[in-house]
Amino acid sequence: MQTQVEKTRARQRARRLDFLHTVLVVAAIGIPIIAILSLYALINGSLDSILAFGFGFLTSSQWIPNPPNGGPPILGALPSIYGSVVTTTIALLFAVPISLGIALFQSELAPGKLRLPSIFLVELLAAVPSVVYGLWGILFLVPFMSSYVDPGLMNSLGFLPIFSGETNGLGMFTAGVILAIMIIPYAAAVMREIITAVPRAQREACIALGGTQWETMRMAVIPYASTGIIAAIVLAMGRAIGETMAVTMVIGNVARITPSLFLPAETIPSVIANEFTEVAGNGIYLAALFELALILFAIALIMNLIGRLLITRLAFHGKVGSDV
Amino acid sequence: MIRMSNKNSKRNIAIVVLVIVVIAAVAGGYYFMTSSSSTSQTTSMEQISTQMSETSSMTTQQSMMSSETMSSATTMASATSSVAGWQPTASVSITGAGATFPQPLIQKWTVTYNQLYPQVQISYNGIGSGGGIQQITAKVVDFGCSDAPLSNAQFAAAPGLVLFPETLGGVAITYNLAIYGIPSSTVLHFTSSVIAQIYMGTILKWNDPQLVALNPGITMPDAHITVVHRSDGSGTTFAFTNFLSVTDPNWATQVGYSTSVTWPVDTAPNAIGVGGKGNPGVAGAVANTNGAIGYVDLIYALENNLGVGAVENAAGNFIAPTLQTILYAAQNATGTPNPKDLRLHIVNAAGPQSYPIATYTYTLEYQDMSKNPDITLPMAQALAHFFWWEIHDGQQYAPALYYVPLPANVVAADEQLLLTLNYQGTPLLP
Amino acid sequence: MFSSVASRRFINRLFMVLSTLAFLIALVPLLSILYQTLSKGYAALNLDFFTQLTPPIGGAGGGIINAIEGSLTCVGIASLIGIPVGLFAGAYLYEYPGKLANNLRLVAEVLTGVPSIVTGIVVYVVIVATFHSFSAFAGGIALSFMMIPIVAISTHESLKLVPNSIKEGGLALGVSRSKTLVYILVSTAKGGIVTGIALSVARIMGETAPLLFTALGNQFMMNSIFAPAESMTVLIYSYGTSPYPTAHAFAWGAALILLLLVLGLNVVVRIASRLKPTTAI
Repeated sequence: MQTQVEKTRARQRARRLDFLHTVLVVAAIGIPIIAILSLYALINGSLDSILAFGFGFLTSSQWIPNPPNGGPPILGALPSIYGSVVTTTIALLFAVPISLGIALFQSELAPGKLRLPSIFLVELLAAVPSVVYGLWGILFLVPFMSSYVDPGLMNSLGFLPIFSGETNGLGMFTAGVILAIMIIPYAAAVMREIITAVPRAQREACIALGGTQWETMRMAVIPYASTGIIAAIVLAMGRAIGETMAVTMVIGNVARITPSLFLPAETIPSVIANEFTEVAGNGIYLAALFELALILFAIALIMNLIGRLLITRLAFHGKVGSDV
Repeated sequence: MIRMSNKNSKRNIAIVVLVIVVIAAVAGGYYFMTSSSSTSQTTSMEQISTQMSETSSMTTQQSMMSSETMSSATTMASATSSVAGWQPTASVSITGAGATFPQPLIQKWTVTYNQLYPQVQISYNGIGSGGGIQQITAKVVDFGCSDAPLSNAQFAAAPGLVLFPETLGGVAITYNLAIYGIPSSTVLHFTSSVIAQIYMGTILKWNDPQLVALNPGITMPDAHITVVHRSDGSGTTFAFTNFLSVTDPNWATQVGYSTSVTWPVDTAPNAIGVGGKGNPGVAGAVANTNGAIGYVDLIYALENNLGVGAVENAAGNFIAPTLQTILYAAQNATGTPNPKDLRLHIVNAAGPQSYPIATYTYTLEYQDMSKNPDITLPMAQALAHFFWWEIHDGQQYAPALYYVPLPANVVAADEQLLLTLNYQGTPLLP
Repeated sequence: MFSSVASRRFINRLFMVLSTLAFLIALVPLLSILYQTLSKGYAALNLDFFTQLTPPIGGAGGGIINAIEGSLTCVGIASLIGIPVGLFAGAYLYEYPGKLANNLRLVAEVLTGVPSIVTGIVVYVVIVATFHSFSAFAGGIALSFMMIPIVAISTHESLKLVPNSIKEGGLALGVSRSKTLVYILVSTAKGGIVTGIALSVARIMGETAPLLFTALGNQFMMNSIFAPAESMTVLIYSYGTSPYPTAHAFAWGAALILLLLVLGLNVVVRIASRLKPTTAI
């Protein structure tokens, strides 16, 4: 015989699975379906390539889809991985200090009335579609870089191997600059959230001890928020690696590994965008592109996971909201 | 506090109303657009009459062609008349994809054909020859186009696929040296060996002794050559590398020819290689880069005011690509086309005035169109008639876009192939 | 290490200047993009631009009506699928808190970081290759794959922001859980939910890579959603990388329209959400 409480609970459980809640459950299944479908499609598509090239795919630097004498393709992911890593590094080098500066400006320095507009303007940067960045890049930034910036760098710092070589504007440097512009709003938003979540007590203690604003930042806020700032950097990295359109339009599309930043190269997304639709029935070539997509998926996934776990750890300790 | 404040609910209502208005506007606009397509039929009549007057100006250009092409006009007329009375039975929407080489011409054709037969909408997307072959093999598009002839292996992968040439063009060696005082009107001379060396990264500068020797009287600048090639699978690449392989043994062993090769210039020390997607990408890269060289379909070079080079042909003459010289190449090298295998190689053609880098482009279709389950009978009929129109009436649009009208023997062979197109056995033409 | 007060003050001022500079530096590309798009795109706009079909490549005249139609169709299909599914998924995350929901939420967050080109490839395999045709439908599905996680997360967040007391008040009055959810919680969180949906729509409107391999392109208006479709983003990409100045002008014009739509939506939403009411409890 059930008690009153148990009967109510049973009724509530029965009510829980009414029509609306069934719909909710069904809809929620959609999310893992997307994830599983993506994984399945990528793994299934890249099987041929994984079997053919094995682990060497990641270290081979040759990309020969059609060998001169008609043999099987010799493909390697290293040039595109190299390009991805280099452009992301350039992007981070520019974006991290600027994002940090923006975050500090928005959370500390901006006078009250200016704060919301400044946040709003930076978020507008994030709203611009990637292809518009690419168009602006290829028709404005590339000529600008090749006429003013690149020659300037070559003249002053040309002894460094990274600034040597000829330039026509299309290359890893320009791609890195555009990537930096695209990830700044993202990183700045996360950093700002982190910094504003640092307890007032920390700041006030430093000020009470006679610290300037900068010293408060340096000694009280940033070390406290360091995990979150790293999380922001990692998330921005994941974003940068997956960026396709803007990079494809300005990077020059050549499978090459070179120290010079001005030379055209390629990134994993740019290779896929360029070569996917026209892999003519060549099983291993298509599978190799799928494998590249799988690698990209894995990298973006890991970056995202690390970033979010860092933030969740902070949230768990009550340090920051989780709506990033 | 469950009740909303007035201001808030007003705002929400405003948002909802705005969304509904936008949806209604879009739906209304869509409805308006699709219903107005029927009124465009009356205007298409005026457009056909303007095309008739255009045809007369086209024939004066055609008269510059050899007599063989002119005599084909009578054959054209008789064949066309047997199919001319056809009218489409239903509204059809057809998708084709493939090479960017003939894209300006094919898109001109599809738009013109739609003006003639408003119920037939054929849309062509330039995704590269490799893409055309891939998508027609997978039966995802309704027809494909490629400038690279299919290999036997590719034919085996797509049983029942046939190809026929629909136009003919030249791959131009194009360069951008305007800033160095060499305007696009100046025709530089190249040999295949020099081109091969440039694309292998062994000739690095415009004032290399070999280039200077080939171009006496022109001050070649002391500038680095930016070498532009295709980044996607391309029939233009196929023709270009085919030419280099046939004429330069070094290239043949080191690189070979294909729709997509590994360019030595990308990894050669001190050389700059750049990849462009599609003919437009290569032309764009050349147009935007001082000191660049590239290979593109002739129209892409001419329409962008890029310099076009003269290449040494088999007879030892330096020939620039023009409609005439490309036609000579076709006439000298086509031979007798066999309708059962219309893959025609005309690279490095004999003849004193032949342009050495000429190529046919091919339309790819299944002989039995029903093999592609998405193609219905009305679609197959429309497509077959479109192909017939392409090789007859369509050819008049070629010269204005720097493509060469098909020689008569090729048209005849094409006709024989088109007559074998069927739908589950029933021939589609006439 | 003891520094003088003056030097500390100087460093402090330097820090303020550098931070402000960082903010202004970030504004430069924004202003440049807006200026370039406005000035170069405006020249391309005329009545033909909005009513004519795309011209053959390199050809003169023409318009982008088929691209506008294609974009709206793909975004419309994506919204029809993405908004309900995302909404309900987010509500599920709220209604059934626990380990499963936490993991699901993590999966959703990770999915928002998947590069859009990977989504395009996946949908190519799942839909285009299976059904043997490029279509606006496939494009819409690809966009919805991107939209669902975003909407789910923002719905979940908006619902979480509703004070617990409101939910408990409803339940205490004997309203069923479903009715509480719909009539009380969702209507309180309406602002945040609508904001999240509008932002996700703006985001997918600007996507290109998913449409490259799914919707392909079309020189004409579509007869059905199962036909290939042109879209404004793909048009900007293909015309922008071509060498023709006329095509470039077209690309700028389309970019201007796209930018107005996307930024306009963003601006409207963000301004509207600033007027969120504060609950008194």
